[in-house]
Amino acid sequence: MSGYSILVDTSKCTACRGCQIACKEWNQLAGTATKNTGSYENPKDLSSDTYKIVRFAEGQGANGKAFWHFFTEQCRHCLSPGCMAEVEEDEIVVDEKTGAVVYTPKTKDLDFKATLEGCPYDIPRQDAKTKVLTKCTFCNDRVGNGMLPACVKACPTGAMTFGKRDEIVAAAKKREAELKKDFPKAVALTPDDVRVIYVLKDDPKTYWKYAAGR
Amino acid sequence: MTNHWIDLKNSDCILIMGSNAAANHPISMKWVTKAKENGGKVISVDPRFTQTSAIADFYTALRSGTDIAFLGGMIKYILDNKKYHEDYVVNYTNASFIVGDKYDFSDGLFSGYDPKKRAYDKSLWSFKVDSKGIPEKDAKLANPRSVLQLLKKHYSRYTPEKVSEITGTPVEDLKTAYEMYASTGTKDRAGTIMYAMGWTQHTVGVQNIRAMSIIQLLLGNIGLPGGGVNALRGESNVQGSTDQAILFHIWPGYLKASVASLPTLDEYNKKFTPKVADPLAANWWQNYPKYSVSLLKSFFGDTATKENGFGYSWLPKLDDGQNCSWLNLFDSMYDGKIKGFFAWGQNPACSGANSNKVRKALGKLEWLVNVNIFDNETGSFWKGPGEDPKAIKTEVFMLPCAASVEKEGSIINSGRWNQWRYKACDPPGDAKPDGDIMIELMHEIKELYKKEGGKFPTPILNLKWDYVNDKGEFDAHKMAKELNGYFLADVEVQGQKFKKGDLVPSFAFLQADGTTSSANWLYCNSYTGKGNMMARRNKPDPTGLGLFSEWAWCWPVNRRVLYNRASVDLDGNPWNPKRPLIKWDGKAWVGDVPDGGWPPMSDKEKTKYPFIMKPEGFGYLFGPGLNDGPFPEHYEPLECPVPENAMSKQFINPTVKIFGGEMDKHFTCDPRYPIVGTTYRVTEHWQTGIMTRWQPWLIEAQPQVFVEMSEELAKLRGITNGEMVKVSSARGEVQCVAMVTTRFRPFKLGKLTVHQVGVPWCFGWVTPKEGGESANLLTPTVGDPNTMIPESKAFMVNVEKLKGGA
Repeated sequence: MSGYSILVDTSKCTACRGCQIACKEWNQLAGTATKNTGSYENPKDLSSDTYKIVRFAEGQGANGKAFWHFFTEQCRHCLSPGCMAEVEEDEIVVDEKTGAVVYTPKTKDLDFKATLEGCPYDIPRQDAKTKVLTKCTFCNDRVGNGMLPACVKACPTGAMTFGKRDEIVAAAKKREAELKKDFPKAVALTPDDVRVIYVLKDDPKTYWKYAAGR
Repeated sequence: MTNHWIDLKNSDCILIMGSNAAANHPISMKWVTKAKENGGKVISVDPRFTQTSAIADFYTALRSGTDIAFLGGMIKYILDNKKYHEDYVVNYTNASFIVGDKYDFSDGLFSGYDPKKRAYDKSLWSFKVDSKGIPEKDAKLANPRSVLQLLKKHYSRYTPEKVSEITGTPVEDLKTAYEMYASTGTKDRAGTIMYAMGWTQHTVGVQNIRAMSIIQLLLGNIGLPGGGVNALRGESNVQGSTDQAILFHIWPGYLKASVASLPTLDEYNKKFTPKVADPLAANWWQNYPKYSVSLLKSFFGDTATKENGFGYSWLPKLDDGQNCSWLNLFDSMYDGKIKGFFAWGQNPACSGANSNKVRKALGKLEWLVNVNIFDNETGSFWKGPGEDPKAIKTEVFMLPCAASVEKEGSIINSGRWNQWRYKACDPPGDAKPDGDIMIELMHEIKELYKKEGGKFPTPILNLKWDYVNDKGEFDAHKMAKELNGYFLADVEVQGQKFKKGDLVPSFAFLQADGTTSSANWLYCNSYTGKGNMMARRNKPDPTGLGLFSEWAWCWPVNRRVLYNRASVDLDGNPWNPKRPLIKWDGKAWVGDVPDGGWPPMSDKEKTKYPFIMKPEGFGYLFGPGLNDGPFPEHYEPLECPVPENAMSKQFINPTVKIFGGEMDKHFTCDPRYPIVGTTYRVTEHWQTGIMTRWQPWLIEAQPQVFVEMSEELAKLRGITNGEMVKVSSARGEVQCVAMVTTRFRPFKLGKLTVHQVGVPWCFGWVTPKEGGESANLLTPTVGDPNTMIPESKAFMVNVEKLKGGA
C-alpha cells in the first residue's frame, strides 16, 4: 500500500489543541455553542462542524500519581474502510494517490446508521440539513497540492507527522519499541490497517473509549 | 531569558516550575520535546498536574507560595552532597567572597531591619574589602564568613522533612527531584529552568528567582547552552515593553529613573555609575553616562546641550522612595488622586489583582481612554455588573487600534530576539497603528503648549518628535533607527571615523559628550549601516546549537546566550566540548558573540571576569541588592492556610507593603476562607481573553470559567463535577463550573490537610455572555517588595455549591 500516512505520537502531545482549531480553520467549520461540563474537552463530540477533537482522559496511575492522556481523535483512513460497506457508486472514494478516504456530497444518499456502524471508531457524522456525511478529509485538498494536512502543520511538538506510508509505518513501529522501554504497555495502533496511526504509552482504553476501535 | 527558546533543546534536565509551559507557551514544547529526544529529562513541579506535567519524566506537587522552601532544600542537597561545579563556583561566583561583620541572620530576619519602615538597612550586607577596596576572598571556601559557608549555614535548616512540612511535597519526591536536577552539576551536563508568573506573582517573587539563580550558579549552569535562567514572557512583546521602560522605575535600557534628590545630570550619573577597584572587573555599568546622555540626546535632539545637562532637568522626577507601580497606581486612583488614564492594549478590569477595586477606581477618573482592538471590561466598566452608569462620571473614549498584523515593526521575544514584522493588511475602519495614535496625540499636545504655554512647556516643546514619513504617518524604520542611535557630529571613535548622521554600529561607540544619540543603548547594533539587522532571515547554524545568529537580531549585540564566558574553563575551552558555545582559539573567541572580547581567565593580565554586569564581575550567590535579603528565605504568602511559618517566627515577608484600605481586606488562616487559591491561564485564551473570547473556535473549545479542585475537596463540599459553584475570597466572588479532578490533591502539611483550587483569569463579563468572570476578582492587593508584582498565585478562598443553581 503506497500513499501517505499520519503518525500521532501521543507521548509528545500537550493538548494545545492547535490541531483541533487548525482543522476548523482550514475546513471553515463553524464554532458551535458549548458549555464547560467539568472537563477541558470541548466540543463534546464529532459533528458535521467538527472533524477532530482532542480527547482528555485522566485518572490515577499505578504509581499513585495522576495521569492525563490526550488523544486527538479523527478518522483513521482505514486501508479497508468499514464505512464503505454500503457504498454503491462513489459516495465514498479512496484517492489512489494519497490513500485518503473521502466522503463526497453523494453520501447524502447513504444509510447513515449503517455507515456509522461500519466504522469501528465511531467517526462519521451527518449534517442534519443536507444529510451529507462528514468526517476528516485527510486534508486531501492540501495534500494533493503538496501541503501538509492542517492539523500536522499546526502541531508544535512533532506529535503529528505526515509522510509516505511505509516511512510512517516504520516510524510508528520504531516509536512503539522506544516507548516500551519505559512504558511496557506502549502500543502503535494497528499500523497495518490504518493510515492515521496512533502511538500510545498505555492501555488504549485509558485514552479514549474508541481509541483502538469498538 | 538568559538563553533563548531554541536553546532549550540543548538541556539535559529541564525544570518547569512556576510555569505551565505546555498550556501557555505551547511552541516552547517543540524544543522541550527535542531535549527529550536527545535524552534530556523534564521535571514538572506544580500544585496541579498540568498539561506540562503530562509530558514530564517526573512530576511532584507543592503548595502555592512555598517555592523557596522547595528550592532551599535543593540548595542544601547540592551543598551537602557536593554536587556543585567547584571550578565554576570558585572562579565565577562570589562563593569565595568574605561578607562583612555586620551581616547576620536570625529567626527569619536579616540584620538591619527597621520594623517601623518595614525595610532593611542594606549597607549592613556588604562584602569585606581590602585596603584597595577589592573584596576579600577565600578560594578554599572554608572561611566561616565566606559566602559559601554562609549559604550552607542559611540553608542547613531546609531539611527534606521541614521542607515537606511546608510544601506538602512528599520527602521521597523531594529527593528524586533534587537528585535529578543536581545531576547537572557536572561539567558535561546542563540544566535549565522554565518559569513564568507562577514564580513571580508572589510576595517573595523575586526571591523565588534568586533561589533558582543560586542553584544555577552552584551547578555551573549559567552561561551554558541548555542552561540559564529562563523567564517565559506572557506576551509576544512584553520583553520589548520592559526594555523600553513601560515601567515607572527605569528609563529605556534599564537605566534608573531620575529622582528629586538628584537634580543635576552629574549627580544622577555619579549615583548610578559604579566605581570598582579591581582592574579585572569589566564593570560594564561604568559606561552609564554614555547611555544616559545618548538617551537624553534622543529625547531632546539639538536642544539638549552640555550646558543644560542635555535636558536632564526637564524630565519628571520621582520623589525619593516613591513607588508608582500598578498596585500603588490603582490605590491612588481609587483614592481619587488620578484624573485621567490611558488603558493602552490592556484590560486592568480583568487583569489587575483585586479587580473589584480596579473597577471602582476607574469610576473615580475624570476620563479614561481605552485603546484596544475590541471592547473590553475596562472600557465598558461603567455598565458592568453591579455598576450604576448614572452614578459614574468618568468620560470614556474608545480608540480602535491596529492589530499586530496590520502594522509594521519589531517585536522582541522572551529570548531577546528582536524580529522585524511586515504589515499584512490595512486595519479596519478608523483603527490606527499605536504609533500613529501616539504621534498624533503628541502633535496635538505640542500645539496646545505652543498656543497656551502652560506650567512647564519646555520639555514638551523641546521633545524631538520626527518619527514620521512623508505622509505624516508613523515610520517604524525611523523609530527603530532612533532606538539604535546616530552620530550627531563628525567624530573619530576607537580609531574609526564617523560622519554626522551615521548609525552607531554598537553601544561600544556611544559617547557621553552629546556626539551620539540612542533611545535605548541595548538596541544599539540593531539597525546599523549594514541595514535592519532585525529583518535578517539567514539560517546558518555553524555551532549546531541553534543560535541562528543571522536570523533577526538579539540584544545585547546579538549575543544569544548571556554570560557565555562562564561556559568555558579558565583557558577558554568549553566545559562541555560537545556543546561548544564559545571557544578561545588563541587569538579570539569563536562561536556566539562573547560577553566582551577579553582573553580567557588564565591570561591574568588582560582578562576580565565573566559576569560583566555585576560590579565585581562574579555571579551573585550572596545578593546584597534586593530589599528583602541577600539570601532567599521562606515566608508565607500574605494569605495562607497555616497559623505560623514553620521556618521562623517571621510569618510573612517583613518588607511587603500592607495596603489597609476598605477594599484591601485579607484574611489568613481564617475558617471562612480555608482553601488555597491560585490563578492561571489556558491555551485557548490570551491574557484576559480580549482577543480570543470573540473567536468562535476558541470559545467553543474553552467556553466558561471553571474551578479545578480535588475529588477529596469536592466530596467534603458535596460538589459534583460540572455543577456551578461559588468561589469567594475576602475581596470578591466568581461563579464557576466545578472541575473535579484527580490532578489536584490535598496537601499534607505535618498534621494539617490543606486543599487548593485554581481558577483561570481569562474570562470577563463583556463576552461571551455565559463565560463568567475573571479570577482576579479574588486576588489580593499585595505585592513583592522589590517589583510590587501582585501576589495572584497564592491567596485564600472558599468554595461552595451555588444555592438554587445557576
